[in-house]
Amino acid sequence: MLIRRAFDICVKKQHVFKSVVSSPHSTLSPLNLEGGGGAILKSLSTNVYENLAVEDWIHDNIDLQGKNILFLWRNSSAVVIGRHQNPWQECNLKLMREHGIQLARRRSGGGTVYHDMGNINMTFFTNKKKYDRMKNLNMITKSLNKLRPQMDVRPTERLDLLLNGHFKVSGTAAKLGRTNAYHHCTLLCNSDRALLSSVLKSPCQGLKSNATPSVPSPVKNLLEEDPTLDCGIIMDSIVTEYTKQYGLDHHIILIEPKDEATLPGISKMTQDLQTWEWVFGKTPKFSVSTSFKLGYKLSSAMVTLNIAVKNGTIDSCNIKLPQHWLPSEMCEHLASHLIGNKFCPSETTRLTSALLRTCPQSEELHHKWNILCENVASVM
Amino acid sequence: MAAVNVLRCSFSFMGRLVCALQYRFCSRGRFIRSEYILNKPSLKINQQRRFLRNTPVAAGPILQFKLSDIGEGITEVTVKEWYVKEGDTVSQFDSICEVQSDKASVTITSRYDGVVSKLYYNVDDTAIVGKPLVDIETEAVKVGALEEDVLEAPAVSHDEHTHQEIKGQKTMATPAVRRLAMENNIKLSEVVGTGRDGRILKEDILNFLSKQTGAILPLSPTPEIVPPPPQARTAPPQPKDKTLPVPKPAVTKPVFTGKDRTEPLKGFHKAMIKTMSAALKIPHFGYCDEIDLTQLAELREELKSMAESRGVRLSYMPFFIKAASLGLLHYPILNASLDNSCQNITYKASHNIGLAMDTQQGLIVPNVKNVQMLSIFDIAAELNRLQTLGATGQLGTSELTGGTFTISNIGSIGGTYSKPVILLPEVAIGALGKIQALPRFNAKGEVVKAHIMNVSWSADHRIIDGATMSRFSNLWKSYLENPASMLMDLK
Repeated sequence: MLIRRAFDICVKKQHVFKSVVSSPHSTLSPLNLEGGGGAILKSLSTNVYENLAVEDWIHDNIDLQGKNILFLWRNSSAVVIGRHQNPWQECNLKLMREHGIQLARRRSGGGTVYHDMGNINMTFFTNKKKYDRMKNLNMITKSLNKLRPQMDVRPTERLDLLLNGHFKVSGTAAKLGRTNAYHHCTLLCNSDRALLSSVLKSPCQGLKSNATPSVPSPVKNLLEEDPTLDCGIIMDSIVTEYTKQYGLDHHIILIEPKDEATLPGISKMTQDLQTWEWVFGKTPKFSVSTSFKLGYKLSSAMVTLNIAVKNGTIDSCNIKLPQHWLPSEMCEHLASHLIGNKFCPSETTRLTSALLRTCPQSEELHHKWNILCENVASVM
Repeated sequence: MAAVNVLRCSFSFMGRLVCALQYRFCSRGRFIRSEYILNKPSLKINQQRRFLRNTPVAAGPILQFKLSDIGEGITEVTVKEWYVKEGDTVSQFDSICEVQSDKASVTITSRYDGVVSKLYYNVDDTAIVGKPLVDIETEAVKVGALEEDVLEAPAVSHDEHTHQEIKGQKTMATPAVRRLAMENNIKLSEVVGTGRDGRILKEDILNFLSKQTGAILPLSPTPEIVPPPPQARTAPPQPKDKTLPVPKPAVTKPVFTGKDRTEPLKGFHKAMIKTMSAALKIPHFGYCDEIDLTQLAELREELKSMAESRGVRLSYMPFFIKAASLGLLHYPILNASLDNSCQNITYKASHNIGLAMDTQQGLIVPNVKNVQMLSIFDIAAELNRLQTLGATGQLGTSELTGGTFTISNIGSIGGTYSKPVILLPEVAIGALGKIQALPRFNAKGEVVKAHIMNVSWSADHRIIDGATMSRFSNLWKSYLENPASMLMDLK
């Protein structure tokens, strides 16, 4: 609402905006695409949430009738899951927390990818009528072929790009709205492959879900094939091909995603992408069934755990443990309190530590409780 | 709605216009083209209905919204999320659901205003392109509209319409928007449309209204503004007078339609209820005092750079915690625990001093283990580690359990004196207020600037008496007011 208030009517006649956030351009806006056939944008930020927000902003606010926009962006270490995916199923959340790797959920479909500064992201914005993913991928391969004719990079039916017919160097996803559409893809130039494979492997056992699964593929960096390449050279080549294809000036507009004046409403979009409710809460419902062995001093016990998760919060919880090891009231106590809690280890730990305060004071019981709770939290 | 599709032209012209509009829309090649089954009632009946309608919307025809072509030859998609459910009211362009096909996520938006009467699929079902997706029950008024955008009819007078034609602009607005305009006595020709092709949106009407009345009106679809009920219009659609009527400023008073929100208590809050209720069964007594931290402030300044060279950030807390531990050595009953039956008291050997932290998730109390064995630097390093873990949500059970005594630095947020609640199974807790620069008398009777902090202790009066608490507090205070004395007793 504030956005609309802040604007004077400087709506140029050609600039008609549709959709929910109908905000006219500010005359300060460099995104002044009046009359042009399109533009090439490059992000100044390496923050995954800010860059995803720029995609959303362009998708919601720019009339792409007769226009083609290419947006280039790179992020510092992050894992990006598709709109309908399950982060617990797709990546190693614990490892990510330890390494400070961020987790983002994008609005387009598709599978999970790992981003770092060795990966180039490209988003092709068009009017829905002109949505054509293969065309974009062909353009990319054409530019790579011109750059390095001996390098064999080709698109597949699944809209991946394969190097030497075997290694995946690019994955694709797309989003279609009412009148606009975008197709974005990655391009592995010089990513940390070891970290990529360890982070994209989920340790979760016993997870049952209908979320879109990712299809793991062997990957390779373009630089491993040809060390004379780098992200800059590759981006330049793609830009050149794009300008040729759409008859544009070879002029790259730099976008600062923190600039609310140029992109009104962007900070809220960035914020929305970072909320727990979006990143984790949008996970389609799933269940976890697992069992583990707990040991304390000389005694041990098998625990079975059944948790159903909806919107990222625990919908139902069942903990089965032999009575001799821990009183069943304590187990039921734990299970009933877990319901409604986020499926999140820190929240669970906070809860279980608080519950422990009102449990009978016995060192043995405390230790066993802690062991149980640590194992339950490790599932998350 | 009184605004009438005045058909001064013949029906055949209307028909041609409809075709022209449809052609225009078709040529845009919209990917989601909705087909609908519609009956064309006679227009005369429409007019009569409109005149009589002062009551809430009568049920209109149910329009079947088919899933249209997504492009790239796709014949089926998976329904991933519904944004509406049966019975929900939707407006044009509201998102209805999210479907996915082959790595593409598609947002399907509504074409009509109305009430969702049927969802054809559940989440995870496969939806077929060309088959119905939802049924939307629209308003009776809309029936005459074959095209999605209806030409606005002049509000009252003949001249109005001519005026409009002279402008050469056909004002486009959906029936819901027209109704809103009519109910607020607004002429659509006076509203600037910000929608596509100059279409007037609901927001434009509301903006116009707010300018008129200077009121701030909610722009979101819900809550809706409740305008005063339209007066009964029995006059025919013929012009009442030839002069252009001056639009009356809308007298709509903003109506607050915020709603209370009730949600069940879950998870951590439920646990807090239990913990705090049990804690309040303990007879607490409070003891407060004022500490002069001037000397400590100087000492900290000197030591800060040394700690930083070792990679540790030094705050006041390590001093407070160490001083508390030294005090507990003399008054171990403050580091004890009473069992549930109140039969036995356990004097804990370890000083596991908890520090109440405020994180994004809320209150969390990690503790530093065995402070009696740690130096101030060790404590500072451990606090850094706990703070980092707390910030990234990685605190584990070992960090969060086993505390024997707690200090809460509520002063870092604000406040002076407080009344902290003991965290079971402990028997004492201290809350530190903010450090303020205040005038105090020194030994010579001069007024000097002193750094003053207040402390508020609470203890379990079943086993701790006021004298013990007071002596502990004095000892703790003396260590902090004169840091050199800590050196004497440091273990």
